[in-house]
Amino acid sequence: MPIEVSHLTHCYSEGSALRTVALDDVSFRIEDGEFVGIIGHTGSGKSTLVQHLNGLLKPTSGQVFIDGEDLNGEHVNRRALRQRIGLVFQYPEYQLFEETVAKDIAFGPKNQGLSADDIKERVRYAMDCVHLDYDKYAERSPFELSGGQMRRVAIAGVLAMRPSVLILDEPTAGLDPRGRDKILTMLEELHGREHVTILMVSHSMDDMARLATRLVVMSEGKIVAEGTPRDIFSREDMMTSIGLDVPDAARLCACLRAKGYDLPADLFRPEELKEQLLRLWKEGSAC
Amino acid sequence: MRSDSRVQLNNVSYSYEEQASPALSGVSAVIQPGEFVAVLGHNGSGKSTLAKLLNALYIPTEGNVVVCGYNTREEKLVWEIRRRAGMIFQNPDNQIVATVVKEDVAFGLENLGVPTEEMIPRIESALSAVRMSACADKAPHMLSGGQKQRVAIAGILAMEPSVIIADEATAMLDPSGRKEVLETIRSLNRQKGITVVWITHFMEEAALADRVLVVTDGVIRLSGTPAEVFDRVDEMREMHLDVPHMTALAGELREAGMPLRPGILTVEELAEEVENLCPLK
Ligand SMILES: Nc1ncnc2c1ncn2[C@@H]1O[C@H](COP(=O)(O)OP(=O)(O)O)[C@@H](O)[C@H]1O
Ligand SMILES: Nc1ncnc2c1ncn2[C@@H]1O[C@H](COP(=O)(O)OP(=O)(O)O)[C@@H](O)[C@H]1O
Ligand SMILES: [Mg+2]
Ligand SMILES: [Mg+2]
Repeated sequence: MPIEVSHLTHCYSEGSALRTVALDDVSFRIEDGEFVGIIGHTGSGKSTLVQHLNGLLKPTSGQVFIDGEDLNGEHVNRRALRQRIGLVFQYPEYQLFEETVAKDIAFGPKNQGLSADDIKERVRYAMDCVHLDYDKYAERSPFELSGGQMRRVAIAGVLAMRPSVLILDEPTAGLDPRGRDKILTMLEELHGREHVTILMVSHSMDDMARLATRLVVMSEGKIVAEGTPRDIFSREDMMTSIGLDVPDAARLCACLRAKGYDLPADLFRPEELKEQLLRLWKEGSAC
Repeated sequence: MRSDSRVQLNNVSYSYEEQASPALSGVSAVIQPGEFVAVLGHNGSGKSTLAKLLNALYIPTEGNVVVCGYNTREEKLVWEIRRRAGMIFQNPDNQIVATVVKEDVAFGLENLGVPTEEMIPRIESALSAVRMSACADKAPHMLSGGQKQRVAIAGILAMEPSVIIADEATAMLDPSGRKEVLETIRSLNRQKGITVVWITHFMEEAALADRVLVVTDGVIRLSGTPAEVFDRVDEMREMHLDVPHMTALAGELREAGMPLRPGILTVEELAEEVENLCPLK
């Protein structure tokens, strides 16, 4: 179920003095099975863009095609399309409201009109995906859980709709290292094992280095670069010029290359750098 | 430097009602005047409880907390303590009360009963110290997260504190907001000698502190310079904490036989060490 964004422009407060162009002629495609990372400074339009992908906002101009169908077209079954695109907002735990974890996760499937058995099956599946033990947590109040667990409940609520595409807006923001790692591991599995297409907005270049198969870089409402993490992270100057960092390993690589060391230009994972540094050291100590 | 701005915890325990085990048990520590101390620990380890004990929001179940020479048990000193030990919290949207920036900064001073003619210069100098003078007349909701946190810091600064306690003050900010808030606090620490207790989940922030305390299950497990603490990579991981990326990479290189010096925290430090060990021909 590919998603195609074509010449999408979005203005907030159109026709007033506060008019803001949040997206300016944005075009890109997401293929099945990709893990796309969206990065960009605050205010660059990331959240606006993801809200368009499941039809929460209407384009000022341009189109969003889901599986070839115009999401805002006249005769389209918008509800059916939207159900296949799961959107997890920023700080989604603020939207939990039911008395138990199971009820909260069941909310979406219930609205889809599924039978009680199917709903229960969906809740188990979703809790399994986010690594929350059903027997232990299903009947607990979500409000007794840690911040990281509450966020996983919120994500499970979206997964229970069995979307083909999962979109997450800054899913690790504000969590402790363990909470962050649990979310990332879970996304890695959803992508690898369940073959869910994932689009993730994040400020963490390390999260992106670990997970993304492709990066989309935004600045001031436009896409300014697109490519593999390897390609994007080797362009430190471009990233710095729009106020973004590259992962530490990429910085170390660039720093050593500038001093004259013979290293590939596009290293960005610590494992790769480890190998190369050991090679340098062994070559040096051999003579 | 203010001579009285020491923070002492003497065998401090704290239990919440209805909780089986104490949130903090038998914690002792001394934070020296002008020190910048980072506190690390996974969720639920007791960091926020510790922070609230430091400015008398909580009173220890056992033991004593002494801030700037005042014991937090003495009820009539509570306001003295809160004025000297100001606290910033995680959510930038929950700590601003007024509808104009400078009025928000004035809020604490009004509570203290500071006369108006004295308030104005104090507000101006507090806003200037956090580089927010240009926004004095703006509405707080127009500000970025990092700017809101700097206004919250100005509100504390106006009270002329000796200690600032920040409980995950950068957790909800983007990287540039984090940088701007941390740099603001670091310069107040250096220039005004304000003692800082900086609770964070970002190891890169802790790496800039004078000292790191690691809390787990209500006790202080490690205390030392960032280099000392982060070199204990396995122990940190066992506590579900990270170490800075370059420290982790240096650890792996050392394990593979490369004789790197201990205490590497940054890209620059590792690059320099590589230059020492693998000189270019
Ligand atoms: N509801 C809104 N009303 C008016 N302007 C908005 C609204 N949401 C976002 N904006 C503006 O649109 C631009 C893009 O914002 P956003 O999509 O939230 O960016 P990001 O998620 O990258 O931080 C910013 O200038 C922001 O101030
Ligand atoms: N208001 C409260 N009532 C009961 N228990 C609490 C309260 N606040 C914290 N706790 C418990 O005390 C322990 C320490 O919590 P806290 O100091 O908030 O840790 P941290 O800030 O490191 O996440 C945890 O087990 C937590 O559940
Ligand atoms: Mg956003
Ligand atoms: Mg806390």
